[in-house]
Amino acid sequence: MITEQKSTISITLKDETNGLKISRWLKTVILIELLLPISLLTLGIYHGLMQTIYRSGVIHESTVAHLDYYQGLTLHGVINAIVLTSFFAVAFGHATMAFYLKREPNKKVAWLSLVLMVTGTLLAAWAMLSGNASVLYTFYPPLKAEPQFYIGAALLIVGSWVPLFNWAAMYVRWRKENRTTKMPLAVLGTLVNFTIWFVCTLAVAYEVIVLLLPWSMGITKDVDVTLARTLFWFFGHALVYFWLLPSYIMYYTILPKVSGGKLYSDLAGRVAFFLFLILSIPIGVHHQFSDPGIDKDTKFFQTMLTFGVALPSFITAFTLAASLEFAGKKRGSKGLFGWMKKLPYLDPNNYLFAYMISGLILFIFGGLTGIVNASYSLNAVVHNTSWLPGHFHMTVAGPVFLGIIGMSLYLITTLKGKKVYLPKVNVVVPYLWMIGVLIFSTGLMWGGLIGEPRRTNLGLSYTNPQSPLYHAEWVPTTFLALCGGIIMTVSACLYFVVFFGTLFRKSTAPSALEFPVSEAYHNERRVAFFDSFKPWLVIMVIIILVSYVPAFIQAVSNSGPGAPPFEPNNPVSVGK
Amino acid sequence: MIDKFEKYVFTITAIVIMLFVFSLIYARNRKRADVPDCLPYDKTYTTPAVKQIDSNLYQVYAVAQMWQFQPSEIYVPVGSTVDFFVTSKDVVHGFDIYDKNVNMMAVYGNINKQTVKFDKPGVYKITCHEYCGVGHQNMQAEVIVNYPDAKNN
Repeated sequence: MITEQKSTISITLKDETNGLKISRWLKTVILIELLLPISLLTLGIYHGLMQTIYRSGVIHESTVAHLDYYQGLTLHGVINAIVLTSFFAVAFGHATMAFYLKREPNKKVAWLSLVLMVTGTLLAAWAMLSGNASVLYTFYPPLKAEPQFYIGAALLIVGSWVPLFNWAAMYVRWRKENRTTKMPLAVLGTLVNFTIWFVCTLAVAYEVIVLLLPWSMGITKDVDVTLARTLFWFFGHALVYFWLLPSYIMYYTILPKVSGGKLYSDLAGRVAFFLFLILSIPIGVHHQFSDPGIDKDTKFFQTMLTFGVALPSFITAFTLAASLEFAGKKRGSKGLFGWMKKLPYLDPNNYLFAYMISGLILFIFGGLTGIVNASYSLNAVVHNTSWLPGHFHMTVAGPVFLGIIGMSLYLITTLKGKKVYLPKVNVVVPYLWMIGVLIFSTGLMWGGLIGEPRRTNLGLSYTNPQSPLYHAEWVPTTFLALCGGIIMTVSACLYFVVFFGTLFRKSTAPSALEFPVSEAYHNERRVAFFDSFKPWLVIMVIIILVSYVPAFIQAVSNSGPGAPPFEPNNPVSVGK
Repeated sequence: MIDKFEKYVFTITAIVIMLFVFSLIYARNRKRADVPDCLPYDKTYTTPAVKQIDSNLYQVYAVAQMWQFQPSEIYVPVGSTVDFFVTSKDVVHGFDIYDKNVNMMAVYGNINKQTVKFDKPGVYKITCHEYCGVGHQNMQAEVIVNYPDAKNN
């Protein structure tokens, strides 16, 4: 299908002609936004490993090294899924927008965003480490955390809103000078992502600031739990796309280049991003299939929309596979599947390919298991069992995490002008991680299908032979998850050695901001509809209203009295 | 503008998604595999109870609290159909009956409901699968399905 003359291809990630000089302050902002979360990640990874140890019944303890299981689980979720992802999205957004629009964001606004996010993170970390906020990253009321946990979460979210306005202004100025040019695909992706983020976080900001904060401070007495959960999930599923879209941007704009080929279709990428814009939010109720208070028709309608949002992922899967096939053929592959063998899997100079392809392989399984979760009545088989973390570790700990750590390392090398420390180890890290996740998720999902609960210190009861609740069927499943967890931890430790080794090396090249830039194989002519935000924003608002107004009305009208606050270690309300 | 390979793939994708959607509708309508019923709040269900409605129809008012379910042992005869009404006295809990696809959240100020038939004798564990505080891992109850008189033996 695709033929091109065989040529020897050597890819180096850096192309000196592409480099963009950026201001010192912008470089500092981006570097802080990369370094802080990667440093905290050491704590997040440690607690990930610890959970697999507790759960497998190797130890029967509630606490290790002064940190409780559920406190560790809260730290693991908040650091890995909220702090790391938000900081990286902002840092990568700054870099992408500056690189493609050849403009810099407003200095004061960018610093304001960073200060808000850092303050929020420190407040929340303080609350979690002091043990007064062991409410997990979903912080469902009426489980109550200290007020500084909620204040911290709100500051982090508001801080991550700020850059959108910065970038929107940059885009508007660029547009005035380039009326008939297609906006760069990475710019489109970044703006779509932060628009989704801004809209969805309005709900969680309302939940945190209006419902939970005054309630945790004792100003209000009770809280409508189903309303709070519905507000959370208005945010919660769009959150996963906020995690995912930076990796999608890399897949569309970088992966084809570093694989030695071209992006199969430029327009496909645009269609996919706009579909995410309109469909990421109005599907959150699929996390509440098992909840009371929301009726079946609302749940079913949102199920249909959830299958709609599978469409951009199908488009992406095809477009990327076609792009990789093109690269393989260009490298001289033969036969139908020969291209798979010809890709630069283990080239230490081209490590971004390794990080991205490992993430993509995991995402095949992550996407398929996600379709299971979204399938309405099928959810009853797996809801809140360990199947769920099995699924989402193949997405958020797959393409999302590998994209983040691979790109963070890359940005450090280009912004600081450094060479990667231990490049041969570095290129193995993502594959080792991928194998670890596959084993870990297999254990969790197998357990989930036979009823193993998630978010539970199984070692104290269900996997403890001394306990009357001992459940032997969950011993092999949790053991398999432990094996995967150990491999993942080894891989993460190697990454930390490479990352900090690179960071503390001497600079060998001038600092510049540069990305590998993919060309398009089908570079379709500009279609105004796919090059403008306005029509899509209108459609987005309409679909959200249609799907969420009934959900909120039902959540409020079916609820009885609101709930007083409870602390995790006390069955008596602390509000009375 | 769209090349022929993309057209094939669009068609295949559309067929696959329609197949999924058809399966969902089929399971919901013909196999009666559905999500929980949506009920308005009613204080009656906040008192734990097992009620026999007729020879093989039971109602259970299950109340979850930190860190137990009430009632903690539910005896019903083989072949009985049970309506579970679930709520919480405090934080959010889970209510998962193993092997029965009964999977609900127990939420303060809300009533959740699912109906299930027990065809085979046995002990069906009810596990709390939502984090509810330090005692979460100890929170389990049982549905004991046997012949009517076993409870008195």
